[in-house]
Amino acid sequence: MEQGKIVKVAGPLVVAEGLIESRMYDLVRVGNEGLMGEIIEMRGDRASIQVYEETEGLGPGDPVDATGAPLSVELGPGMLESVYDGVQRPLDVLERMTGAFLTRGVTAPGLDREKRWEFVATVSAGDRVSGGDIIGTVQENVVIEHRIMVPPSKAGTIADITSGTYTVTDAVAHLKTDSGEIVPLTMMQVWPVRMARPHARRVSATEPLTTGTRVIDTFFPIVMGGVSCIPGPFGAGKTVTQHQIAKWSNAEVVIFIGCGERGNEMTDVLMEFPELVDPYSGEPLMKRTVLVANTSNMPVAAREASVYTGITMAEYFRDMGYNVVLQADSTSRWAEAMREISGRLEEMPGDEGFPAYLGTKLAAFYERAGKVECLGATAAGGDVRTGSISVVGSVSPPGGDLSEPVVQNTLRVVKVFWALQDQLAFQRHFPAIDWLTSYSLYLDKVTPFWNSHVSEEYRSRRDTCMAILQRENELAEIVRLVGLEALSAEEQILMETAKTIREDFLQQNAFREDDQFSSLKEQDLLLKTILLFHERAIEAHAKGAALKDIFSAPVRERITRAKYLGTENIAEYDSIASDIETQLVGGGADESARAVYAGGER
Amino acid sequence: MREYMTTRDIVGPLLLIESVTDVTYGELVELEYPDGTKSLGNVLEVNGDVALVQAFEGTRGSNPSGTKAKFLGRSLELGVSRDMLGRVFDGLGRPNDGGPEIIPDKRLSIYGSPINPTARDFPDDFIQTGVSAIDGLNPLVRGQKLPIFSGSGLPHNELAAQIARQAAVLARSAQADVVGEKLEGEFAVVFAAMGITFEDADFFTQEFRTTSAIERAVLFLNLADDPAVERIATPRMALTAAEYLAYECDMHVLVILTDMTYYCEALREVSAARKEVPGRRGYPGYLYTDLATIYERAGRVKGRAGSITQVPILSMPDDDKTHPIPDLTGYITEGQIILDRNLHRRGIYPPVAVLPSLSRLKQKGIGPGKTREDHADLSNQLFGAYARGLQAKELAVILGEAALSDSDKAFVAFADAFEDRFIRQGKHEERTVAETLALGWELVSLLPRSEIKRIKDEYVDKYMPTETEA
Repeated sequence: MEQGKIVKVAGPLVVAEGLIESRMYDLVRVGNEGLMGEIIEMRGDRASIQVYEETEGLGPGDPVDATGAPLSVELGPGMLESVYDGVQRPLDVLERMTGAFLTRGVTAPGLDREKRWEFVATVSAGDRVSGGDIIGTVQENVVIEHRIMVPPSKAGTIADITSGTYTVTDAVAHLKTDSGEIVPLTMMQVWPVRMARPHARRVSATEPLTTGTRVIDTFFPIVMGGVSCIPGPFGAGKTVTQHQIAKWSNAEVVIFIGCGERGNEMTDVLMEFPELVDPYSGEPLMKRTVLVANTSNMPVAAREASVYTGITMAEYFRDMGYNVVLQADSTSRWAEAMREISGRLEEMPGDEGFPAYLGTKLAAFYERAGKVECLGATAAGGDVRTGSISVVGSVSPPGGDLSEPVVQNTLRVVKVFWALQDQLAFQRHFPAIDWLTSYSLYLDKVTPFWNSHVSEEYRSRRDTCMAILQRENELAEIVRLVGLEALSAEEQILMETAKTIREDFLQQNAFREDDQFSSLKEQDLLLKTILLFHERAIEAHAKGAALKDIFSAPVRERITRAKYLGTENIAEYDSIASDIETQLVGGGADESARAVYAGGER
Repeated sequence: MREYMTTRDIVGPLLLIESVTDVTYGELVELEYPDGTKSLGNVLEVNGDVALVQAFEGTRGSNPSGTKAKFLGRSLELGVSRDMLGRVFDGLGRPNDGGPEIIPDKRLSIYGSPINPTARDFPDDFIQTGVSAIDGLNPLVRGQKLPIFSGSGLPHNELAAQIARQAAVLARSAQADVVGEKLEGEFAVVFAAMGITFEDADFFTQEFRTTSAIERAVLFLNLADDPAVERIATPRMALTAAEYLAYECDMHVLVILTDMTYYCEALREVSAARKEVPGRRGYPGYLYTDLATIYERAGRVKGRAGSITQVPILSMPDDDKTHPIPDLTGYITEGQIILDRNLHRRGIYPPVAVLPSLSRLKQKGIGPGKTREDHADLSNQLFGAYARGLQAKELAVILGEAALSDSDKAFVAFADAFEDRFIRQGKHEERTVAETLALGWELVSLLPRSEIKRIKDEYVDKYMPTETEA
């Protein structure tokens, strides 16, 4: 391979001359230590290279070695439970090699070359296969079965295939292509990160991605294969919300990209995920997770690459037929990395110094999400293999200003918006997702699923509650000006119900074991209970019960605590309902109260 | 030795030096100006045989023809040793207390290396600062970075000094309902001043001296009249010393960096001189990344006893939290303590604005064994009730006190008592966490029982003072 020479070093950007054969986005090795870098601009024989490691100590004249290949990731058994940096170097291996601090020029392959996996062939010699077909499986861990696929571009007849234990680089089978060539098939595929992996076709997603977080699942649901955005000024609880989704969502595989975020937060994930029990399998959550950690103090160019590394891994699991949820925290830091590199390239800046191609890059990234029919043959039963990637991208708008370029470009492509608000966080209303400005465009898509899996009334209950909250917001203005007494009795009941929805439904404590996860069934029952109280309160009042008696009905205490009941105590809801029925009958209230409130006049 | 007299341009703090060979990015340069002034600098960019050098101590006295530049073949380093404790250095790590030079145990690059995320140990040990507004509601945890967002005229220095003086680690308690004992450990304070006035710096040195905290402190002082660009190196000097003390000498180090606003301004000055495309308010686009390389040096490392806890102080221009410096800081640090001018005017010290303040690690640092089982619920309840009390107060301003419901009135009374008794405390008053919690319970007891929604019933039954006690 050809070798070039450095002519310029400016921060993470290095310019080298003498790289004529190399192409855009090729990986190169920079300097005597062989630091990883990627070509991002070419002018004549001069190539601009973004370097994924600290460039201190590099100078003109130092060598640059071409590799002739683009920046790629290794895909195969061993990815799960791993922690990678932005360019798929396994951080735990690096720690064993160099200790607690990251030193430069150290590298290790993304997949363990020594480890042997039990491969079980599912096709036989003579079978005709093409790209995406599953030729065998590896039980990667108790939770996830890793399906070994034919790389997308290959097709032919299986010449030989044997079950047994192999390393990822051993040939498990040989393929005779149509041109008669014999190609070995290994369990590992290598794929360039900046290129989306192919699929048969995109399909429309209708199944909700449930998260156990009530405000999300009920009010602003996301589908499996959907894209959503969490903006949040700092301190609004964005990270906690993201962790909740990673922990509790019903996707099979979780890819978590810590992109330019806090080191301690990554550590939190690293320490917590192996401990946390996945509610679906009973095994540690880590077993279905891949972490990509490029914290804010790690090299900025690797941060730029990290989201691509993450989504390529997600696509690979999707291709096996899994539902994957990918969390990118935070895409703003990714955009800033782009801005920094763009600045060093002396490109003409767009809004706020971000490069002009920011919108294109963001859209292209989010478009790699979605539900697809996977490449490869259909299963014996004729079922098409489908997989999905749901992307939850967080943005960190400077000063909480949603008009800034990263948020605006993101909102153009995402369908769900969970508007975190610091004002709510100050009141310790968590998750601090603002119910009035958030939205989900997937509501109608998930309704059929709700009807068949939760209850026919779930959607209408949700809509009723939403309307109550909206009405509360309008009335709050009046209350602020002239006081609660100016409202009619029915409106006062509505205000009280809205408060119950906010405090006893929307608020959820992520750190309280009996509150952090709520099933759709429970969410529906809780809504049902709150609305039942609302209806009975109005009826009771019409029959003459005093508002203060209604509001101080003992059953309200039980409604407040209903969210802590848990799935196993679902029957309790019936008893709460009967309490409501018996306590809010009306007419029994004392005469003076009735005289005051009857007819809402005074 | 590579020495050149080939300076072409001098712009602000930058020098462009031509015809150089074998210069590397980040290399340290010794500059000598025609009038004999010396300055250290480092290479910001090298393009062929042209090097762009930033002079830490300014370019006054230099000219293109008479400036000597010596490239030293290494990056800016700090000689570290245990003997640094009790000493005062300038912004570039040279002793300026009249004492002898430090005989270094090691020379370390001030830029450090990022901690491998897998090697980090999660910060989950409570630090008792003795300040209720912090311990009770926004606790500081060993290995955390918790900045103080302040404004001009607010007592951030007093608060920082009080934290530095009182900070202590508690022993793990075997019982969920008993707070552990205070531990006397190897605690050290590293203090870095960037661009603050002599008076502010003097306040800290006196404060450290009078309480004999100086013996366990290392001070790096770059004052307002010291070269601005030197400030870019100062926090890194301090953190290099802190890393040595924490990871090599097993000490728990509290790093106070003040004032980060001046640091950022120095960075902006260099960026402007380089004619870089500016981000918001003229600060460079890489401000986030640059600040991260400072703040992220806080933490704990698996298998090493020491830790680095950072309390950076920054003054928000015009008390504006959305200004790029507090904004980007808030995104990197694990929370923030915000000081409030209204509380200060009402004579409440420390004027901690409780609601917008936040410690992101509090869930990890409190609870059974660390402090007490009821701590988390109690602090949630105090937060919620205080927020509601303030809301009700606003309402009362418009409608008059009479329009408030009975429960709103209870919350107003709570909010007043909370500010007066819980937040307010003396500058030399040290409250143990048990005292802080007891105070919190006393305040909660002002609320109707039905409004105490955020505390588990068993804790209410166990800790709520009965009528006679309250």
